[in-house]
Amino acid sequence: MAEFKEISADASAGAKLLNWVDNRFPASKLYKEHLSEYYAPKNFNFWYFFGSLALLVLVIQIVTGIFLVMHYKPDAALAFGSVEYIMRDVPWGWLIRYMHSTGASAFFIVVYMHMYRGLIYGSYRKPRELVWVFGCAIFLCLMAEAFMGYLLPWGQMSYWGAQVIVNLFAAVPFVGPDLALLIRGDYVVGDATLNRFFSFHVIAVPLVLLGLVVAHIIALHEVGSNNPDGVEIKGPNAPKDANGHPLDGIPFHPYYTVHDILGVSGFLLVFTAIIFFAPEFGGYFLEYNNFIPADPLKTPLHIAPVWYFTPFYSMLRAITSEMMYALIACVLGGAFLGATRAKLAPVFKAGIVGAAVAVTLMMLSIDAKFWGVVVMGGAVVILFFLPWLDNCAVKSIRYRPDWHKYMYGVFVINFVVLAYLGVQPPSAIGERVSQVGTLFYFGFFLLMPWWSRLGQTKPVPDRVTFAAH
Amino acid sequence: MKKIILSLALVLGMVSGAHASGDTIAWDKAPNKTNDLAALQNGAKIFVNHCLNCHSAAFMRYNRLKDIGLTEQQIKDNLLFTTEKVGDTMKANIDPKQAKEWFGANPPDLTVIARSRAGHGGTGADYLYTYMRTFYRDETKATGWNNLVFPNVGMPHVLWELQGVRRPIYDTVEEHGHEVHVFKGWEQVTPGTMTPLQYDQAIGDLVGYLQWMAEPAQNTRVRIGVWVLMFLLCFTFIAWRLNASFWKDIK
Repeated sequence: MAEFKEISADASAGAKLLNWVDNRFPASKLYKEHLSEYYAPKNFNFWYFFGSLALLVLVIQIVTGIFLVMHYKPDAALAFGSVEYIMRDVPWGWLIRYMHSTGASAFFIVVYMHMYRGLIYGSYRKPRELVWVFGCAIFLCLMAEAFMGYLLPWGQMSYWGAQVIVNLFAAVPFVGPDLALLIRGDYVVGDATLNRFFSFHVIAVPLVLLGLVVAHIIALHEVGSNNPDGVEIKGPNAPKDANGHPLDGIPFHPYYTVHDILGVSGFLLVFTAIIFFAPEFGGYFLEYNNFIPADPLKTPLHIAPVWYFTPFYSMLRAITSEMMYALIACVLGGAFLGATRAKLAPVFKAGIVGAAVAVTLMMLSIDAKFWGVVVMGGAVVILFFLPWLDNCAVKSIRYRPDWHKYMYGVFVINFVVLAYLGVQPPSAIGERVSQVGTLFYFGFFLLMPWWSRLGQTKPVPDRVTFAAH
Repeated sequence: MKKIILSLALVLGMVSGAHASGDTIAWDKAPNKTNDLAALQNGAKIFVNHCLNCHSAAFMRYNRLKDIGLTEQQIKDNLLFTTEKVGDTMKANIDPKQAKEWFGANPPDLTVIARSRAGHGGTGADYLYTYMRTFYRDETKATGWNNLVFPNVGMPHVLWELQGVRRPIYDTVEEHGHEVHVFKGWEQVTPGTMTPLQYDQAIGDLVGYLQWMAEPAQNTRVRIGVWVLMFLLCFTFIAWRLNASFWKDIK
């Protein structure tokens, strides 16, 4: 137990109250550790707005969600009508609903930007591996949350999108059909599915999400924030002032709170402009087809997930039986390189070859649809391993070889192209492009241990680069 | 920063062309009448008199029509015919089973039809405006009617008395060695009670009403949005100066 602090009898009532609380709950301690004496590097740039913005959007989603649940009815016969009831009869219901629907897309925009920031400045590198891993888990939760939330309006796209995605699980060998049945609770997406998705969307996943967000921030504050230079401001050799505070660091509060308020107001300008002037966002945030009530007997001509899932959806569609031969060639080629070039004991090499042969046999015997699911899931799961894939001598893109910048540039373009192809109806040329894109996406990560070591890095400065505003 | 904005704009530009593929004919641009109360009231009248017999607007309450300038008494006197109450939603009297038998499908609910029919050809209003003006006689169909934007449509031309009977004229064009029929224009077979111009205006009013009904808050939302943005611009200015005054100490 911490020492019990006495306070002079002349102290103000507020100080006495705080002292009383502090002796029982670490209020001042938490405030200091996470705000007033959490030292963050002073050279944060534009990209560092997105963490606090993600938190803001999370709060918006939770608060608007609470109000939506007050009027929404998770019942296949009533769901669509209850959403329209919110849009017309509930006072300001349309605003709450648009905030929630736009917030879903905003969440992904902000989180994609936040992840990209981590990627280019090496924020996942030692000692921040767990910050990154928690972040990836948050992203995964967010995808589950968005997917299940999208079923709730019970429109045609809600229904058929869920139908398509849940059916994918049926492709898992042996347990597939039972697994899909377990998820749906019925042989087709129906009332049972709607009810369980509602339960997951409003309780289960948000609870996990909040826990992970707390873990993400605690882990971050334990190791300290990275910065655009990738220089450690709290390391053993980092310069410190007379009080032992990092010279390149500034207290989060007030400097970054006031800075983030600026970011928040910029974000809100865009966010509210969409809510008030283009809530459908051309059919991307609210799909037109979703204004038709779900009809299990009428399949829409073209089923596309909402835009934020389309890069992964594209990779799913790219895995055709033809593509399987390319993937088998990659597996065998990788095993050959591993067996001939890697410095490993012969036992391990034999293991690699054996595993490659086993995987190849599985790839030949199991339907391509299943491997499509594996690829789609793998595209997210692979992000978890990024801290151990990157072998570059420096963290930040600023001091990496110039061609790394092009590498990241192509990665972003590839991701956007995959997203674009995912909203398009299938086409022969689109399929080919998405296959190349899928190979690039996985090549980028799987070959990173090799390519990230190549080239001449630039000298990293001892102090962060900062010009006074 | 500029680069980011540019690339974002590029991405959005690319994506906005996302839906593309051939449909039957190009959609005509519907006039925007969601702010024209007289047109909306006329549209509501046409809707209640002609559409509501078969189609419901099950999420739309009669008394919401107060938003387009009607009083409760006017709604009761002019738009309620049977036992409905002014706070009821607009339900059609047709029996769904019979409707299915007569038209092959249940007439869809029209509350949000203007939102659901948007697509690559234009807004949902454009679609409806074109749809209601491209019915033609087709004796091969059960109802005797067909439609250019919705081929083999189950719905007969309900407003044919107003528009009269029309026939599309096609040009035969040689294209890649095939003979293709290209829509050229209309021929009036028998005149209706309205001139073509009057009919177009009436449909414009009707579509304006459908568009308004699909989202009654749409004009409120834009009006409020302007104030919200003006507030946020001021707030951004203050946040910017506040930030600068704190950060001037950081060297």
